[in-house]
Order: sequence, then structure tokens, then C-alpha cells
Amino acid sequence: MNFAVETFDLNRTFKLKKAKNKKENGNNNGKLIALENANIKIHQGELFGLLGPNGAGKTTLIKILATLLLPDSGTALVDGIDVVKYPEKVRRLINMVSGGEHCGYGILTVRETLWMFSQFYGISNKVAHRRIDELLDILKMEEFARTKIGKLSTGLRQKLNFMRGFVCDPKIMFLDEPTLGLDVQIARDVRAYIRTWMKENPERTILMTTHYMAEADELCDRVAIIDKGKVLVCDSPQTLKKSLAGEAVFRIEVPLSVNGMEKFGQIPGVKQFAYEHKSHLGRTELKFILEEESAISEVTECLSGNGSKIISLSKMEPSLEDVFVALVGRGLKDEN
Amino acid sequence: MKTDLKTNIKAIIARAYVRVVAANREPSWWFTETLLPILSIAAYVYVYKALNAPEEYTGFVILGGTISAYWIFVLWGMAAQFYWEKEIGNLELYMIAPISRMSILLGMASGGMFLATTRAVFVFLVGSLIFKVDFAIISFPKLFLVFVLTLTGLYGLGMLFSSLFMLYGREAWHGVTLLQEPVHLMSGFFFPVKNLGFAVALGASLIPMTLGLDAMRQLAFEAGPKSGFINVNVEIGALVVLCVFFLVISKYALEFMEKLGKKEGRLTLRWQ
Repeated sequence: MNFAVETFDLNRTFKLKKAKNKKENGNNNGKLIALENANIKIHQGELFGLLGPNGAGKTTLIKILATLLLPDSGTALVDGIDVVKYPEKVRRLINMVSGGEHCGYGILTVRETLWMFSQFYGISNKVAHRRIDELLDILKMEEFARTKIGKLSTGLRQKLNFMRGFVCDPKIMFLDEPTLGLDVQIARDVRAYIRTWMKENPERTILMTTHYMAEADELCDRVAIIDKGKVLVCDSPQTLKKSLAGEAVFRIEVPLSVNGMEKFGQIPGVKQFAYEHKSHLGRTELKFILEEESAISEVTECLSGNGSKIISLSKMEPSLEDVFVALVGRGLKDEN
Repeated sequence: MKTDLKTNIKAIIARAYVRVVAANREPSWWFTETLLPILSIAAYVYVYKALNAPEEYTGFVILGGTISAYWIFVLWGMAAQFYWEKEIGNLELYMIAPISRMSILLGMASGGMFLATTRAVFVFLVGSLIFKVDFAIISFPKLFLVFVLTLTGLYGLGMLFSSLFMLYGREAWHGVTLLQEPVHLMSGFFFPVKNLGFAVALGASLIPMTLGLDAMRQLAFEAGPKSGFINVNVEIGALVVLCVFFLVISKYALEFMEKLGKKEGRLTLRWQ
């Protein structure tokens, strides 16, 4: 079996400048654990998603694989090549796009910027301009080809950065939150391109991080859920969702309430519980994963007893986010 | 290996292209990078005239002002450049590319030389015309050689600073500011460096401009040799040594800082 990416017990910590308290840095002597014995295997030709909340260790893993960061211990192989021992060989195979990032210089046009980055990969001018034309066409950027990037909107500059990653046609692409901060239409274009790019050549591989579970569900062949530096589970989105088949997922909206949420997790029959405050709507969304559907009556009684008025209650099909909640006992956007 | 060399040459050209384009694409830059230095030169010329300094001092100032254009570009366009690149997100893109990091530095340097030359030539011609400078060039080939060596050494120094400042945050910016004016003084931009005394001039000779400017003045003005620091041939030899030293040491400094950055996680850390 050919693996595009393999990691073996990968560890990485960061020294914190001044920890305010022990709780904040995980009580690890001023060190933040970014990756803890991370093991993943990504097959060649796979679109693999790495899911987790902010600070889970997704970007750290990508930066190690992209030769930008050294692991404290463990091994990482890209196309069978050790990223620490032979970074130069790895760099010939990869590229990386970080969402929310820009690239290049404001004084260059879109075409010039893409050409410049293509040259760092030794691509001939003819091939580079052909690829640039294709990318401009597919990602609907032709009209901006001669626009200086300093004059582009933030979304278009992010789109340009995305194109920059693909102009060298890497064998293995690392996409770190590629649709972060993009408007709906641009994000849709980006996702469509990712699908097309993968279909064109079965040898291409993408490792994509995201905290948009729906995006991972839509795009990825397999996903790994990562939290606090640990890989919790790895499988196809369908299989992961099926793992919750015996359980019932309910979403309940109540008026915005901040205190005393934790006790809802202790209601009999509740397997996992998560909540998200939606201040702009004046509501708190509660998500319950129940061992049995009948346990919902206990939940509603407890909410009523707590003086919480139920605005809406709906039973949902399990999503990847529910898998995450079931695994870690909190939602992606929870603070704790 | 052949492919690697080809890729690196392409990288040098591509990175230099940014600065070649920048030379003319932003007209407002012309104003700040040409007119303002001429005002600064004019101030020195009028001070010397008021003090009845020897006529050749006007030429010394013009030449100093011309080389000053390169120094400013070396500081802000080389030394601090990797810091800016990190802030705008380009540094990590350079670091994951299958090229030598020296290609990026060489591209920055060669493009920067072109950009600075457009400004320097303007300053030199306008300054020479306005203040009617008389040149008495002893040897064109030597003068050209000294000029090329001075620029090579100067940009080599810029590459070294760039490597050292790569991991720094705002300290890099402060470091560059700290270097600007003291070097203007120590390198004798607007007066013969000999006047600082042998020991100080020798120390200042670590900066390639000091010896370069002194040699150019000796080769371009009739009264130049009289006010020269040391023999031109010795200065040429020292410049060759400085060029090799800065280029070689910048390569090792870059490798060291990259390794350190990857270990400490500071290579892509921003807003420090």
C-alpha cells in the first residue's frame, strides 16, 4: 500500500512565553502540547480531512509535513520520504495553501504573481502561462489577470493564494482551512476546483484541515478528528456518522443563557452534550446525543425545571460535528 | 543537479522581477527616493560652501549621496526584507519551495541593485549637473571594478542581515533604524573617512561602502588620492575579501537561522 503521508508517534510542543496560570497551558511546565503521539496514514489519491477546533494541532501537523517545523519526536513521511532528514526532496512534491492568507506583492498583477511562484518550481514559461490561464478560467478570475493584487478585495486575494498553490501542480497538496473567511460563492468555487483537481489525476493527494464539518463531509474520502494534539478517530465520514446510528441527536434552542449549562450533560440518558451561544440571535443552541430517543422527555423536563423556555426542538441526522461531540464531549465552538 | 540549478536560476530571475517592475510602476516612490536624497545632498554641499571647504568636497558629497541610495535599499529592501516577507505570508512559501534560500536572497539583491541604480543614477546626474562637479577619472576599469565590488559587498552584507533578522519581529525594524545613521557617519558618506582617524576608519572598513567610497573618490577626483584613507589597490583587495566573506557567511547564517526557526517554531510566527 502506497501512503502519501504517514506519521508515527509525532509529538510537538511549544514553549509558552509566560503562562498566566497552570490551567491555561495544560500544566506542562510552560509548554503547550500541540501534537501528542499523532499517527495518521493517508493513501495516495485520497482527499483526507483533518478536523478539529482551533488549537487542536491541525496546522502544526501540516507545518511539520510541509517542512516548516520540526517535530520534537516521532517520524513523518511524505511519499515515503522523511520530512526531517530529506526536506529538499519533500519540497519537490508538495505545496501548501493556508486559508485567510495572502501571497505575493501588491505591485505585481495576478498573472505576474502566479508566474513568479511557478518559477520557484522550475516550471517553463509556456507551461506556467497555460496553467495560469486554466486556473484563471476555472476560478473565474480572468478579468483580474492584469489587476495589481494590491487592488484586489480580501476574498479575491485569498482566491489568488489558492491558485498559487495549484499552479505548480504538486503531487501532494496541504490545504489549511482553504475556505476560511471566504464568501459563499468563492468558497463554492474553491471546493469545486478541489474536486476537479483530484478527479483529473488519481495520483494526487490532498490533506485538508478544516473546522467546517459540512465541508469535510462533502469533500473528504476519510477524515481524522483531532483534539488537543491527539488523533481521536480516523475513518470515512459515512462510517463515522454510522457509529452514532444507535443514538439519537437532538438540537434544542433556548433563550440565551450562559450559566449552569454543564448540568444538562448529567441528565440520565444523555451520552454527550454540547452548546453554542448565538448572541446575535439571542439564543443558545443545545445539542444532545442520547442513548435512546426516549431520553428526550427527561431532557425537556430538566430544561423546564431549570426555567428554560424551549424555542425549538428537532431531531437530527448525525453529522460529523455530532461525532466530534460524542468523542470529546463538547462542540467545536465551545470555549472549554 | 542540472534541473536544480535551472530552477534556482529561474527563482533568482522571478524574485528579481518584482523589484525590476517596482522600479517604475509606482511613480510616487520616485519622489521620495530621488528628490528627498537630493535635498539632503544639497544641505551638505551648502554647508561646505559656507565653510569654504575645498571644491572637491562637493563631488565627494554627490558620490556619497549616490551610494547612500544603495545603502538605504540594502537596509530596508534586504536586511529587513525577510521580516516583512514573514509578516505578509511569503516567507513560508519560499521555505516550502524546492529552491535554495540563497536564490531568493540573490533575486532580492540583484533586483534591488537594479531598482537602487535607477535612483542612484538620477541622484548622481542631477546632483552633478546642479552643482557642476568636475571629475578627473584616473582609471575607468578600476573605478568600475570598485563600484561592482562595493555593491556586491554591500548586498552581501544585506543578505547576511536578512538571514539574521529572519526570525526577529519588530526588533528587526529597530535594528535597521539603528544601523542607518551611524553607518552614514562612520562610512564617510559626506566627507573623506580619513578624517575619522585611522582606527575608526579601519573599524568602519568592515562595511564595504567605507572602502568603496574612499577608493571611488581617489579614482574619480583630482584631489581624491590626497584625502584617501589607504591605497586603492589595497582597498580593492579588502573589498574582494569582504565580498566573499559576506556571501559565504550569509549562506551559513541563513541555514542556521532556518534550522533554529523550524526548531523553535518561529519561522512562520507573526506579529511578535
